[in-house]
This record gives sequence, structure tokens and C-alpha cells, in this order.
Amino acid sequence: MCTVLIFHKFHPLIALVGCLCVAWFVQGCSKPSNVETALNENILHFGLGAEPQHLDPHLATSVAAHNILSALLEGLVSEHPETLKPVPGVAQRWEKLEEGKTYLFHLRENALWSNGDPVTAHDFVYSFRRILNPNLGAQYASMLHPLKNAKLYHEGKKSWEEANVGAEAIDNYTLKITLEHPIPYFLELLNHYSWFPVHRPTLEKFDAFEKMGTPWTKPGNFVSNGPFQLIEHQINSVIAVGKNEGYWDASSVRLEGIRFYPIESVDTEERAYRAGFLHLTQSVSADRIDYLKEKYPDELHFEPYLGTYFYRFNLKSPPFDDLRVRQAFSLAIDRQRLVDKVLKGGQTPANTFTPPGTGGFYPQPQFIHDPKKARRLLDSYLSEKGLERLPPIELTYNTSEGHKKVAEALHGMWNEALGVEIRLFNMEWKVFLSTISKGEFSLARAGWIGDYVDPHTFLHMWRSGEGLNMTGWTNASYDKALKLGETSNSEKERWENFQICEDLLANDFPVLPLYFYVHLTLRHPTVRGWYPTLLDHHPYKYIYLQKEEAP
Amino acid sequence: MKKFVFSRVLQAVPTLWVIATLTFFMTRYAPGGPFDTEKAIPQEIKVKLESHFGLDRPLFDQYLLYLKNLLRGDLGPSFKYPGWEVSELIATAFPVSLTLGVLSLSIALLIGIPAGIIAALRKNTWLDYLPMSLSMAGICLPTFVLGPLLIYIFSTQLGLFPPLGWYGPADWVLPSFTLGLFYAAYVARLTRAGMLETLQQDYVRTARAKGANPWQVVTRHALRGGLLPVVTYLGPAFAGLISGSFIIESIFFIPGLGKFFVTAAFNRDYTMVLGTVLFYAALIILLNLLVDLLQAWLDPKARQAQ
Repeated sequence: MCTVLIFHKFHPLIALVGCLCVAWFVQGCSKPSNVETALNENILHFGLGAEPQHLDPHLATSVAAHNILSALLEGLVSEHPETLKPVPGVAQRWEKLEEGKTYLFHLRENALWSNGDPVTAHDFVYSFRRILNPNLGAQYASMLHPLKNAKLYHEGKKSWEEANVGAEAIDNYTLKITLEHPIPYFLELLNHYSWFPVHRPTLEKFDAFEKMGTPWTKPGNFVSNGPFQLIEHQINSVIAVGKNEGYWDASSVRLEGIRFYPIESVDTEERAYRAGFLHLTQSVSADRIDYLKEKYPDELHFEPYLGTYFYRFNLKSPPFDDLRVRQAFSLAIDRQRLVDKVLKGGQTPANTFTPPGTGGFYPQPQFIHDPKKARRLLDSYLSEKGLERLPPIELTYNTSEGHKKVAEALHGMWNEALGVEIRLFNMEWKVFLSTISKGEFSLARAGWIGDYVDPHTFLHMWRSGEGLNMTGWTNASYDKALKLGETSNSEKERWENFQICEDLLANDFPVLPLYFYVHLTLRHPTVRGWYPTLLDHHPYKYIYLQKEEAP
Repeated sequence: MKKFVFSRVLQAVPTLWVIATLTFFMTRYAPGGPFDTEKAIPQEIKVKLESHFGLDRPLFDQYLLYLKNLLRGDLGPSFKYPGWEVSELIATAFPVSLTLGVLSLSIALLIGIPAGIIAALRKNTWLDYLPMSLSMAGICLPTFVLGPLLIYIFSTQLGLFPPLGWYGPADWVLPSFTLGLFYAAYVARLTRAGMLETLQQDYVRTARAKGANPWQVVTRHALRGGLLPVVTYLGPAFAGLISGSFIIESIFFIPGLGKFFVTAAFNRDYTMVLGTVLFYAALIILLNLLVDLLQAWLDPKARQAQ
């Protein structure tokens, strides 16, 4: 009705005013992009991928949470920006005693919480006690099981005092850690957020010691000890952190703040990057690689990432209960062709389960391509069973274009080499997880990203009875070799035992490693101090923004 | 009229109860649970989590407890974001979706109604064919194509508007137009159909015979009846608009309700699914009531029926 009236009383003056208003609005809208203003403001605009479920370091479980928490909190040690080797954090030095079974950490006296309180050894003991508290239900509490008797307390078998857990504050600035056994990668482990401290008075104020979901992690409540502090959190919109002037090494921190945007859609993230909204994206769509390589050759980065993409066999159901069939399926795969022709994103073929070079461990390649041998093995199985061909095999994966592409490529390879018919079943994520955990599959997609740079983070999952195993495979020799690899202080002995684990995986084929991940990202040339690292960790205090140099 | 409104509000109570009950049991019987993750959770941790959220109780007890809390207006904490109450998340996201919905609807009406009227008045001329062809194109062109197209032109190329986000009025322009143009196409076609029918009514012919000028015929006589199909469409359309659009929110990175609505189901975030479904249902009921009242005002026959 109003529209019609306006039309009815249309006047040139109205048109003029209207045009002026639109021009004013458009003028007001067109402003410099985030990336342009960032150089003056020193604010990094960071594509986070997903909204973190928790900002509580003892309840967090995601990469997104790590990206935020590593800005807000600092553990006993910190990470070197290029190598991720431990460098002093809250602890300015440490002593390794009893061949690595005990550590004495000397905390710096100028390490402060963002409210001015000193960070003490008691804070760390309180934090370890909290994450291990059986009532908290922390998913990553097992990361602290290397602490002596921690498991007893965590499983509720003994109280903290009765268990005498190996974390003791000798005084305000000396922390003694006793381990179950020496762990060569223990200091690296300390950079996982599950080891980060929390501010005791804040948690007590919100009664959060053994409760999840209290508001202590909201802006205004969160007390941090890292290079930044929490300023703003709008769910599904932005998480903003600003420089923590009380941080002991504040003079080294060159960014004034970071704005994290939980943009889940890779296409939206890419558009945001191209429009100057983001300095860096969390990922890049595989379909866009060719275009981006051409348009943004210096900004598209393929960085190594500590992860293996693989399939699980179900050893409890035929035909994969027979070793020959599993072996035939593995030998029929041309992994090089898979990464070159199908994935095309810089991934490398997985001829071992542990990515080569993890912590300095280079396993011997075992998962090779030999279609003729594959055919022979399958024929032997078929003739023994009196079959002409295998019944159709069900391959289960969670719905995703990327997983579908891999599944179709493998279908082609198996069909070509073995004449096997594969039926692809895609499932919604939660249905997929439920199906796999119940063992209702023949062959299923999986992936694993390492939590720390040591082969153990990959090989522990195939221990007998381990929750992540899910293949039905058990091997006492594997368990023994893994245990020796875990506990040995000698690198040579560790690598020998881990190689035995790799050999056993390649002998029994409970899994089918396919390729090693890469981290694909778009990063603006003004972002400096950012180095590719295996865990995709980038300590923010070394990052800065600098204008591009003219060519 | 008061009696009519009162009876509709009373009818809403059992409707909401049925929706709450069906949604409660459907979510619980869906495969997978809120705590299923790729990194398998130890059984004892799962037990703690289930106990924290009351999932260790018998299902019917959980249902009764949920209804009891619902009567107190307590939708419970989100399973996915345990630090946030469902009502808190809805209260944060709804104003965003409401703003986007109102702006999109305004654009839809401002473009769709005049286009429909002009097309009806100039039937079978280029003034009819052009807007109707454009509206058909608008209906056929999905928002996930139009949105990136508008971003490419007005943000990446011309730098006039931000490509995404919801931080200030400038951010509202592109998503509102993307969504608004889609609905404008429907509104234009419905307006044209309604106007064509009304323009042939006896009372419109009488008005013309009495010498009323063409604008008076349209605005005073034909428009009320001509807009009835649009008004009928507006109720559910507006509810859909203000309860969030997952696609638009994803394209433009808008923290609206649509994302919670969809992702809650994928995450098996039971309380969030129930909260958003009930909120959406209540909106539909409320807006349908408003549509009925508006129709009664526009159409005397409908008023008598009520």
C-alpha cells in the first residue's frame, strides 16, 4: 500500500533525496578491508574453521580450541615457532632427574595472570588435579596419565592424596613432576592445552572445579596467563583477544590483538580471504586448488600436517577375517596415483602408518603397490572357499565430497585389479560414528591427527583393547613392542620397537593407510613470523604484520 | 475477535506439546549421540557426561523433567556448547535473524508488490512479461548462486559492501538483498495473480464505471483483495525468514538462528534441537494468527467466517 502511495506522489525532489541517501550510504559502506586496516592496528584476522565447543582448557577437544587457548594461556614450556621444540614458558628453566623420570621446573617470578596475580606452582598442581578429577569428565585427561599414579586418581580408585599423584609444588615457584616412567617427548606433551594452568580463584568463584559449562570462560571472567586475554566472544561470529600487558614477555608480542572467525564453510572462508576480510584461512577447498594456484601462487601454502588418512578393516567379519583378502586389498592400491590424480593437494602416499620423520622416526615403507600379487592372494582365498568372486563389499564413509572421491577412486582400483564390486555407503557423521563403534562395518574410512610429535601418538591406537582400534585386531607382540618403545630412554631402542609395530601392522593389515595429510591454507604476504609446523601450531608472540615490499 | 484470539492461543498449547513430544522422542531415537566423537571417549567419561546432562535417567523421566523445565521456561544447557543455555543462544541469534528477516521481507514487498501490480495492470505487454520473467528467474536462481554473485560484484570487484559478517548496517545489505530478491519473485507472481482476479470483480468494475481514476481503483478498491494471496503466503514465509536461513548464514557468515537449527540436529544437541523447533513452531503459530487477523481486516467475508 505504502509503495503505491509513494509511486502516486512521486516527485523529482524525492528522487534526488533518495539518490543522495543511497550515495551517502554506499560511501559509508565502502571502507578499507580488515587486511588494509590491520597494518595500522596490528590485528591479525584469523580463519578459525569451527566454533570451539569449550574455552576451558581441561574440557577442550578441538584444533579450534587450541588456536584460541594457545593465545590465552601458557604452560610450563612454550614452543619454538619453527621447530616446536620446547622453549621456556612459565618455567624459565628445568632439571631432568632420574634419567627423565622426574622433572623439577623453576617458574619465573614475573609470570602473572591477567588480573595481576602471580602464576605459581600451586596453580599447576590445582590444574592437573582438576583435569584428572573423575567428576569433571575431561575427555583429554588421559594426556596426564604419564604422571605417576594419575590414572589411579582419574579412575576414582584413590583420592588425590592417597594416590600421591606425581605433581608437587615444592614452593611457589618450584614444581616437581614425577612420571610413571621416562617419556622422551614429555616436554613436547606439555604444550597440549590439557596441561595448561587455570586461575584457581576464578574457578572457585564459579564453582567450576568439577563442573563443566560454568561461565568462567566468558569475556570478563576468563583470567589468562598467555600473551593475550579474552575480550569478546560472540558465538558463531567472532572471538577477539587483545594483548595481555601483564604477560612476562609482553615486549616480544608484536600483535595488538587477534580476531578469530569461526567460518565453517571453506567457500565462504575463501571469499572472505579474497575480499581482504581474513589474513589466513583455516583450509581450502580441494576443488579450488588449481584456480588458487594460478591466481594466488604466493599465498596458497601446502604445509605438512601430522596426520594419516586410512581405512579400517573389520577383522571380525568375512572376507576381511582372512589375511590374504586384506593384503590383496592393500596391494591393489596405487597410492601415488591416488594423490597425484585424485587428491592433487600436495598429499603424500602413506606407505607406512606413521608419517615418516615424526619425531625423527623414519619407518621402512611397507604398504606397497603390487596388483599381480594382490590377484594371486585373492585367487588363493577364492579357490579355498570355493567362490568365483567375492561378494560385494560395503565401504562406509561419512558424507563428504572429499571422502566420496577417494572411495570412488579406490573402488576403481579394486575393481580393476581384483574384479571386486564395492558398494559405497555414505552416512551422516553421528550415524557413521555410531555404526563404526558398534563394529557394524566391513571397511570404513578414518583419519588420525597426531597430538604430539612422536610416533607413539599414531601407534598407540592399535594396542589391544584400545578404544580407537575398532578393527578387532589384537597382537601381543605389538603390545609388547609398543610398551618398550613408550618407556625406553634410548632413541635407537625406541625406533627399533616402533619399527616392529609398523612391521606387524604391515604383516597383519588391520588398517589400510592411504595418504598423509597436508595443511592447505591461504595466507596474506603481510603475515610474518609464521612457519609451517607439523602440528599446525604457531606461537602468536612471534607473529607480526609487515607491509609487502614493492616488487 | 477476542474470543477468536483466545481460542487460537488455547489451541496453540496442545500443538506445542505434541511438537515437543514428537521432537523429544525422534531426537532420542536417532542413531548416534551427542558425545560420539572420532576419538573414542572412555566409557567412564561418557558415563560422567551423560550423568551431567541427565541422560542416565530412564527416557520417560527425562521427558517429564524436560516438560517440567519447559513450563518454567527453562530450555536447558546446549550439549554442544555446555557453557551456554539454549535460551541464551536463541536470544543472541534471534535478533540477528529477525533483522535479516525484516529487511529481506521489506525488500521482497517493496519490489514484489509494485512489480505484481504493474504486471497485472499491463497484462500481456512487456511490462507484464519483463517482471514475470525476472521473477521466474529469481525463483529459479538459488540463493547459494545469487549470494556469491552479489559478493563478487559488490564486494570483491567494486568494494562497496563487506563480503560477510554481521557487525554493522553495511553488512546487512548483501544478505538482505540475496534473500529479499528470492522472496520478491514469489510476491510479484502472487500479487499479479491476486490483482488479476480482483480487477475483474463487479465492485472494481462499478468503481471504474463511476469514474474513479485508475490509481484510486487500484489503491482503494483492488489492492485489498489483490493482496490476499500475498498475505496468506507472508505468515509462513515471514516465520521462515526470521527463524534464520542456514544457506544465507553460511554464505555471509551471519550468526543467526538458522545455523543452530541445522547444526543442532547434526550434533545431536538434544536441547538445542528442541529449543529451536519449539521456538520455530511458536513463531509459525503466532504469525499464522496475525495473518488470520490481517485477512479478516482485508476481507469482510473472512471476518464473518471468524
